[in-house]
Amino acid sequence: MKHMTRKATRHVSQNEGLIFEKSSPGKAAWKLPPLDVPEIDASKLLGSAERKDLGNMPEVSEIEIIRHFTRLSTWNYAIDLGMYPLGSCTMKYNPRVNEVVARLEGLANGHPYQPERASQGALRILKTLSECLLEITGMDAITLQPAAGAHGELTGLLMVRAYQESKGTPRKKILIPDSAHGTNPATAAMVGYAVENLKSNSQGMVDIAALSGQMNQDVAALMLTNPNTLGIFEQEIEQIAAILHAKGGLLYMDGANMNALVGKVRPGDFGVDLMHLNLHKTFSTPHGGGGPGSGPVAVKNILGPFLPKPVLITKPDGTLGFEYDRPQSVGRVRAFYGNFGMFVRALAYILANGPDGLRQTTEDAVLNANYIRKGLEGAYDLPYSTPTMHEVVFSDRRQAKKRVKTMDIAKRLIDYGFHPYTTAFPLIVPGALMIEATESESKEELDLFIESMRSIAEEVEEDPQTVLTAPHSTRISRLDETTAARKPVLRWKPAAE
Amino acid sequence: MSYPTDFKYTKEHEWIKGDGKVATIGITHYAQDSLGDIVFVELPKTGTQITKGKTFGSVESVKAVSDLYAPASGVVTDVNAELANSPEKVNKDPHGSWMIKINLQDPNELNSLLSAADYEKFINEETAH
Repeated sequence: MKHMTRKATRHVSQNEGLIFEKSSPGKAAWKLPPLDVPEIDASKLLGSAERKDLGNMPEVSEIEIIRHFTRLSTWNYAIDLGMYPLGSCTMKYNPRVNEVVARLEGLANGHPYQPERASQGALRILKTLSECLLEITGMDAITLQPAAGAHGELTGLLMVRAYQESKGTPRKKILIPDSAHGTNPATAAMVGYAVENLKSNSQGMVDIAALSGQMNQDVAALMLTNPNTLGIFEQEIEQIAAILHAKGGLLYMDGANMNALVGKVRPGDFGVDLMHLNLHKTFSTPHGGGGPGSGPVAVKNILGPFLPKPVLITKPDGTLGFEYDRPQSVGRVRAFYGNFGMFVRALAYILANGPDGLRQTTEDAVLNANYIRKGLEGAYDLPYSTPTMHEVVFSDRRQAKKRVKTMDIAKRLIDYGFHPYTTAFPLIVPGALMIEATESESKEELDLFIESMRSIAEEVEEDPQTVLTAPHSTRISRLDETTAARKPVLRWKPAAE
Repeated sequence: MSYPTDFKYTKEHEWIKGDGKVATIGITHYAQDSLGDIVFVELPKTGTQITKGKTFGSVESVKAVSDLYAPASGVVTDVNAELANSPEKVNKDPHGSWMIKINLQDPNELNSLLSAADYEKFINEETAH
């Protein structure tokens, strides 16, 4: 505890009970005016379906409700309170200009059922965003429909399947590296493919010899994240694409880590056939509870006919509209062409930054990850020494000798006022600490983080118990996750009288 | 934790103890240690045919769900029902808490598996990088 810095404030209130526990009979937060229409007997209309007993509904006053939820809201950790170093999640700042634009009256009050001629402005936003994303990725066509990254993966693999079927057979397998996000194999299984694991080499990249050996006419596609989840750029990416293409396979890129590439290289130029983007990662729209997400899928021309319908087109008269007559389409994947509010925010971000700004963003994200790597190399084990892109993965190997694991270090980090980093992922690093600062953080904030992590490493040596029992500054300390999973209590019941 | 020398091991971290036509199967200390606290064990029913190298069930820990791979082929003759309510036994005593017993299709299949010494060497390499 000696040089402990605490950033997010501790709150004055103690633990907060459930709203059910605050209930007492007869209290209400509402008062209705006298009835000014004829009273109706519900039981006559509903018969035995009329519900008289509402069960355990909390009876509380208005201010009790307000206080309860306001207190709960202050427990949140947020990017607006401090650094959120969750690796792989790209928890970057959500610029206020995005919010200003999204709240413009014409956009906020627009209705998806407005006729196309009355929605030309909204359609122009979709069109401009699509063009920007195609320029950034180097792809040919795009759908903005998918609601998040995994939904984008699903859409992408449905298109892979449709494409392969059009060539004669859907094929049987999807190759997925052992460093991949867990959503990749889940997606492949959802689309009816068998998953074949591809081992990484000692530099943390795809093993070219293994890929050549495993690639055959049964493989529909390879799902690859680049840079991968170790924050390492797949340097043989062009060769990887060539190996797939030679045998009729497609290269799907999981664009979760696009924050390391924007403005520098384009997946469309290094052999990618289709990919999804996470607007809620790379393009600064809210991530997590603040979402919703958005996972556009960009494709090369060969996959264009299979895009979800409707497809946004420019009509002969120059106006924009949706085209539904797409016989080879995989079908609609989302109502109303996706999460429109996120398109507005992402476009605001892209236009506010411009090409040079986006390039600078990428450079700063990579610089920040390398600054953290340098700052923590002495304190934590670095399993792969290959150059780091936008995130860095350490392991708890040194701390594990004192029985302290990555989860314990993450819990202790809460005491220092930071959100934990990503623990225990990617799976190929036992005891992983996966850290991504993003470009949003200043050198001062990074220094504070590095100092905190180094301090925890010292605590592990001198006083491991403090780390093993952390967090200490929160209302509730270490939760018993095991009992919660083994004997879950899923609903509150009043204490027996 | 020492690895019993009368067991054979897989690279997927299962152990198997053969006794003539019958064999007992569980997961290793290394497996339970990497998984962390186990909260659920899903096992096949008696009479199920299992195939060497294919999955026969799964273990769920607070961290992840992992498949169980059959070290040998055969028909399940007995299932450790105790693990349904006390999955923590696998953490406490991995080499004593067996999961299933099978009638071996071919007892010679066990010869291709790792010995205790080979397995220990393998897990040291696994954790080395």
